[in-house]
Amino acid sequence: MANSMGRVTGVNGNMVTVEFDSAIAKNEVGYIHVAGERLKGEVIRIKGKEAALQVFEMTGGVAVGDRVEFTGEMLSVELGPGLLEQIYDGLQNPLPELAQQCGFFLQRGVYLKPIPDRSWAFTPTAKKGDVLAAGDTFGTVIEGLFTHQIMVPFDMVDGPWTVISIKKAGTYQVRETICTVTASDGRTKDLSMVFTWPVKQAIKLYEERLRPTETLVTKIRTIDTFLPVAKGGTYCTPGPFGAGKTVLQHLTSRNADVDIVIIAACGERAGEVVEVLKEFPELIDPRTGRSLMERTIIICNTSSMPVASREASVYTAVTIAEYYRQMGLDILLLADSTSRWAQAMREMSGRLEEIPGEEAFPAYLESRIAEFYERAGKVRLKDGKIGSVTIGGTVSPAGGNFEEPVTQATLKVVGAFHGLSRERSDARKYPAIDPLTSWSKYGGVIDAKRVEEVRAIVFASNEINQMMKVVGEEGTSIEDYITYQKGELIDAFYLQQNSFDPVDASVPVERQRYIFDQLYAMLGTQYSFEEKSDVRSFFYQVRQHFLDWNNTAFLDDEFKAIEAKIKDLIATKERRVG
Amino acid sequence: MQKIYSKIESIVGNVITVRANGIKNGELGLVSYRGGQSLANVIKLDGDVVSLQVFSGAQGISTGDQVRFLGVPMRVSYSPNLMGRVFDGTGRARDNGPVMDENLIEIGGPAVNPAKRIIPRNMIRTGLPMIDLFNTLVESQKLPIFSVSGEPYNELLARIAIQAEVDLIILGGMGLKYDDYLYFRDTLEESGAMSRTIMFIHTASDPTVECMLVPDMSLAVAERFALDGKKVLVLLTDMTNFADAMKEMAITMDQVPSNRGYPGDLYSSLAARYEKAVDFEGAGSVTILGVTTMPGDDVTHPVPDNTGYITEGQYYLKGGRIEPFGSLSRLKQQVNAHTRDDHRALMDGMIKLYASYKESLEKRSMGFMMTEWDEKLLKYGSLFERKMMDLSVNIPLEGALDLGWEILADCFEPAETGLRTDLIRSRWPKAID
Repeated sequence: MANSMGRVTGVNGNMVTVEFDSAIAKNEVGYIHVAGERLKGEVIRIKGKEAALQVFEMTGGVAVGDRVEFTGEMLSVELGPGLLEQIYDGLQNPLPELAQQCGFFLQRGVYLKPIPDRSWAFTPTAKKGDVLAAGDTFGTVIEGLFTHQIMVPFDMVDGPWTVISIKKAGTYQVRETICTVTASDGRTKDLSMVFTWPVKQAIKLYEERLRPTETLVTKIRTIDTFLPVAKGGTYCTPGPFGAGKTVLQHLTSRNADVDIVIIAACGERAGEVVEVLKEFPELIDPRTGRSLMERTIIICNTSSMPVASREASVYTAVTIAEYYRQMGLDILLLADSTSRWAQAMREMSGRLEEIPGEEAFPAYLESRIAEFYERAGKVRLKDGKIGSVTIGGTVSPAGGNFEEPVTQATLKVVGAFHGLSRERSDARKYPAIDPLTSWSKYGGVIDAKRVEEVRAIVFASNEINQMMKVVGEEGTSIEDYITYQKGELIDAFYLQQNSFDPVDASVPVERQRYIFDQLYAMLGTQYSFEEKSDVRSFFYQVRQHFLDWNNTAFLDDEFKAIEAKIKDLIATKERRVG
Repeated sequence: MQKIYSKIESIVGNVITVRANGIKNGELGLVSYRGGQSLANVIKLDGDVVSLQVFSGAQGISTGDQVRFLGVPMRVSYSPNLMGRVFDGTGRARDNGPVMDENLIEIGGPAVNPAKRIIPRNMIRTGLPMIDLFNTLVESQKLPIFSVSGEPYNELLARIAIQAEVDLIILGGMGLKYDDYLYFRDTLEESGAMSRTIMFIHTASDPTVECMLVPDMSLAVAERFALDGKKVLVLLTDMTNFADAMKEMAITMDQVPSNRGYPGDLYSSLAARYEKAVDFEGAGSVTILGVTTMPGDDVTHPVPDNTGYITEGQYYLKGGRIEPFGSLSRLKQQVNAHTRDDHRALMDGMIKLYASYKESLEKRSMGFMMTEWDEKLLKYGSLFERKMMDLSVNIPLEGALDLGWEILADCFEPAETGLRTDLIRSRWPKAID
């Protein structure tokens, strides 16, 4: 069947209405022809003979009567070897190649091949006569650090397919036919290393979903110990501007214990992406000894780029994540910021003249957010491998107020909440994750019972601090004052972390366990003090030692020397029993 | 041949609709009416119904008036002859100078490819210690000045326009009081800075639609000068008026308001302008300093709030001074390591002491006894405010650093400053015993 054609009948911002001639599908892609340019758009509503297209480009110059060509395809991404290290816009256009072609500016209507044309050393794993289904592997190539599985396209579910011919081990172009398969009814298909998949549809070619139980180590103490994230889980990081959302995500993207990190810079500052672009190739990943860029993909649709492709960008990112999960890898997707994505939906909803919900967000905001986060998960694949996609999203609530629709809708569906607070960032207490309001449903790297005990001290300390503001230090009992100081110590030594210090910036699990034990012992000791000033000076000294400890290499001589000092100091004030 | 349409179907607010065919989105139309002529641009197409927003407002337009479509989008002239000139929001001369209609460029052009951006690396010297020393302005940065009505933010911008070490200043005024416009013009002329300045001025009495054009006109010109190798500083005042103009337009167009009446695309619209700040590799740069007045001194108001999420820090102008607390240049770390060895240390040290001074002030106001240390801090604080924070101070960074040491030496013993010993040895202006 020939694809439908159409004519523009109206333009309102980036929404264009089109009269079409034959059947079209929702979410189908169409191109508007404007003065030699082709502008990509996606069908988001069909009413009678008119379709509403959200156009991923600026619509200046579009006129009523302009020709529209529908493709019959849904908005899709290209999947195959060569995705790693790429920098894409929200529609998977490779930005460095675009810059080579168009210079400083993002010229509209230019769409390049997402996966670079190059050859790969292919090793077949299937042979003639093998029966394959969608998602089955028929060969591999080595892509940087990984064995990239070449799979039967995920949409070929009308199989099974029998291999008629497959290329021998050797070097082939990425888009060249390397395998031909046939179905029982005689249909044949030529397969290359590349295929496409619609972004708004989750990839579900796995045996079963598993509960996310394994901690995803971020090397940030307050997260791994107190507010852990799990592989295959979800978490969100809301915070007012300037609280350090993006810095926290960048730290996570460097240190997270996963195979691949996908950064979706969605509607935020371009400058922040540039830092990643320029720094990551220089940074060495301690896990592999190779450049960090080799495990990174960046989807970058910054705030001044067209709004509609901002909406698409998070889907592009999660689809690529799911693709690599099919190879049994652990992927972390960091989306910054989901609020900008929600705002893109709001703009479109307004243009469609839908009845608005709270703060003019569309009524389907919650279900869209839930749908997105639900694409995270840990799965057992058909070949027995385990893979996971973890999603961490920042939220930029208006006025820093968490009672707004996007934050609330997100909190309903995530497994951990890392709320950043203005008070903490103003006091330069980084990471500014509020230990009092944040929560996590996942298991961390340290025994949960002991973590709870330490957390209880933080809460008690905060209450005492509030009370002290009213009754003063004089009106506080010495026991309470000790608890207050303990809470302050936990904050200064354990919750806060200096991302500029080479040692303190990333703390491996082993070290976290070790220093947590010391801290736990220190907190559990019974002390005897005469006066509050004694308490204060004792805790100041302890804090100083603990802080110095944070800057020394694990288990080297200085580290041990400081540890001995801490033990001695504690012994001086320990209450002897009997 | 351009077709003329003489049947205006509706007039709502500043938006008129006509029936016409073959019209392009964004195209300009020229409306002739009894008040003269006005440009208008196409903002919506629905079948043959074309909606245009009339730049000079729809007041006095009758249903029988004529609209002629020009087939081109809104453009602005770009040439070195713009220097020293003053225009209104639509690019008409405000200064009785010649009409500029050569070498027209489109406004609101495409975004810069993030892959072509570079990490900012050059500071912009302004001669104001509170900026240069404590929150350095960096080329390609976008920074708002958060302030409230009545504060001398326009005086501050004028000082920066005169003192900043850049090639070109572009001043975009939105909803300016006429007096403020005259103040800018006269001050820049007297100081001789006018010859390197281009102004796009919308005053409070001008039509609202023109207000919305000012940032795009200013930034389109700035971008072209930057591509030609110029270091351009764009000063925008006041972006809250720009946002309010957008709000007015959105309500006229029956858009659903999102927050306090502002349209849902407030963030994207502000970002599209601020993100024009860029450092072109191998050419010049655009830096943006904008004023955002906070209604009711409320930073959570949608305009300052959305601005804060977009910009790279902010300056708080309060009580006629740039506040050291809350003000932040996110990019200062990129440059202040390479200025002078004592820059970072002095920056942190002096602010910490100033914070202690504020605590002493509080103690004093609550009637506590002042210790010797408190007295030192009080002396330090008043010197700091007079010599560093006053907006009329104009000294280069190195002078400001030396002055910082002098103030410290005037008030404290070396050890009391908390500064590194090696810096004190090399920089302390008095003999150390």
